[in-house]
Amino acid sequence: MNITFIAADGTETRIEVAEGESIMRAAVQNDVDGIIGECGGSMMCATCHCYVDDAWADAVGPQEDGESDLLDCAASEVKPTSRLSCQIRMRPELDGLTIHLPEAQL
Amino acid sequence: MQRIVIIGTGQGGQQMAASLRQEGFAGEILMIGDEPGLPYQRPPLSKAYMASGDAAALTLKPASFYERSEITLRDTTRVARIDRLAREVETEDGTRHGYDHLVLATGARNFRPPVPGIDAPGTVELRTLADAEAIRLRLAGTRHAVVVGGGFIGLEFAAMARAAGVAVTVVEAAPRLMSRALSPQMSGHFLDLHRQMGTEVVLGAMAARVLTDAQGQASGVALADGREILGDMVLIATGVRPNVELAVEAGLDCDNGISVDGGLVTSDPAISALGDVASFPGPLGAPLRLESVQAAVDHARHIARRLVRGEDAPYSAVPWFWSDQGKTKLQIAGLGQGADQAILRDEPTGPTVLLFGQGRLLAVETVNAPGIHMAGRKLIGMPLAELQAHDLDLRAAAKAGAAA
Repeated sequence: MNITFIAADGTETRIEVAEGESIMRAAVQNDVDGIIGECGGSMMCATCHCYVDDAWADAVGPQEDGESDLLDCAASEVKPTSRLSCQIRMRPELDGLTIHLPEAQL
Repeated sequence: MQRIVIIGTGQGGQQMAASLRQEGFAGEILMIGDEPGLPYQRPPLSKAYMASGDAAALTLKPASFYERSEITLRDTTRVARIDRLAREVETEDGTRHGYDHLVLATGARNFRPPVPGIDAPGTVELRTLADAEAIRLRLAGTRHAVVVGGGFIGLEFAAMARAAGVAVTVVEAAPRLMSRALSPQMSGHFLDLHRQMGTEVVLGAMAARVLTDAQGQASGVALADGREILGDMVLIATGVRPNVELAVEAGLDCDNGISVDGGLVTSDPAISALGDVASFPGPLGAPLRLESVQAAVDHARHIARRLVRGEDAPYSAVPWFWSDQGKTKLQIAGLGQGADQAILRDEPTGPTVLLFGQGRLLAVETVNAPGIHMAGRKLIGMPLAELQAHDLDLRAAAKAGAAA
C-alpha cells in the first residue's frame, strides 16, 4: 500500500506503508519533510498536522476524541480536513491516499 | 562558525543536529554517542515497545536523514575528554575532533541505590533500548515483579506488567506516588488507579536489600522495617543522575547538572548544554533541571536559534510532561513545586488539579484531557482572578486569550 504526500511547495513524495502503521510513523520513517511527530504519537503535541485530500476525507474519517483540542495549537491553519497523522492508521481502503502537508509544524 | 560537535545521541542531541540544519547552519555537524545505532525515542520503551518488541519503530529519523542533512553520526563511541584550550573532543580510541562550538547532550543515567544485592541477575533497570530488550525477554517468564520506586518509569512499567498478567508490587520510599512531580491530590488518584489494576503499592518503605535465591538470582526485596517482598524480577526505578563527568573534568561549572545561563551556555562560551543534563535558570530564577522530551527538544531549538541566527532572548519555554500508565494519560503543564494553593476539579475523564503560587497559575495536572492540558500550557502565569472570570474553565480562558 502507498501514500502520496504533497508538501506546501508542491513537492510530491510517494512511500510504501504497511497495514496498521500510523501515517505519522510512516512519514517519519521515510524521512518525509513536513511531519515532525515530536511526542511520538502520544497526543501531546500538534507537530504531525496534515490535511487529508478532499477526495479521501470520507474514507479516512473524522477526527478522534481530543484531536481538535490539539489542532487548536497547530502552527498552520486548521481546515475541516485537518487531522493529526499519528491518529490515522493504514488500512486497505486507504491504499493510494493523498495527504497534503502544512507550511509549518512549529 | 565551521564545526559543531554534539556529545550525546538521545532525542536532545538528535534535535540539536536537526535544528541547526533547519535554521540554516551550513558547516560540519558531528554527533558522538555511546549507544549503538540511530537516535531513538525513549518514552515508548516502557509502553509500546514492551508490547510490540519493535525497535525499528522507535527510530527518530532514518539513516537517509543523516546522509541528506550531512550530519556525521558516530555511534558506539565514548568521549574520553574535552580539551577546552585546543577546542577538541577526544574519543576513547584517541581520535580528536576539533569544534568551534560544542553541545553537551549527555543526558542522565539511572541512579542505583547502594543496597546489597543490587547487581544480582534478575535485577533490571530501564533507560536504554538494551535495558528494555532485556526486560522484555525476561518478562514472559516472570510471575511477580517488584518495582523499587513509584515514579513515572516504575509506574508505567507496573501498569504494563499488570496488563501482561504479571503480579506487581511497587515499593516507594515517600509517603505518596510520584511525589517529586505531582500534587498530593493527583498522587492519590494514581494510587487508587494502580490498586484497581491489581498492583500492590507499599508507601513509605525503604528498600534495604535485594534478596537472592540459592542460584544467586534476585528473589525479592527486603525493606528497612524487616518486611520481605518476594518476586522473580526486581526493577530499580529510583530516579536518575545527570551525566556531568566530562563537564566536571573539563572544569565547567556543575551543580546538579551542567550549569548554564538563560542562553543555555555553560561557563565556557564555546560550550552549550541541553536536556536532562542541563541545569538552567527556571521561571523563578532558581536553577532547574528537567528530565523530559520537552526540555530536550526546546533547549535544542533555542541553542540552534542562538548559534545560527544570533537570537539572545533567554530560554522561557513552558515545561510539559506526560506519562501513560495503562489506559490513563497523566499530563502536566508548568511546574507545581512551591504551590500554595490547589484547586481540584472533576472532569468527565478524571480529576484536574490547578496549582497556584501567590495567586498565579503554576501548573495544571490533567488525566486523559488533552484539551485542558493544551489550554493550561497557554495559561501558565495567569492570575487566579482572571481564571475565575471564566469559572476556572481553562479551555474558555485560553480561547478568550487567543481572541483578545
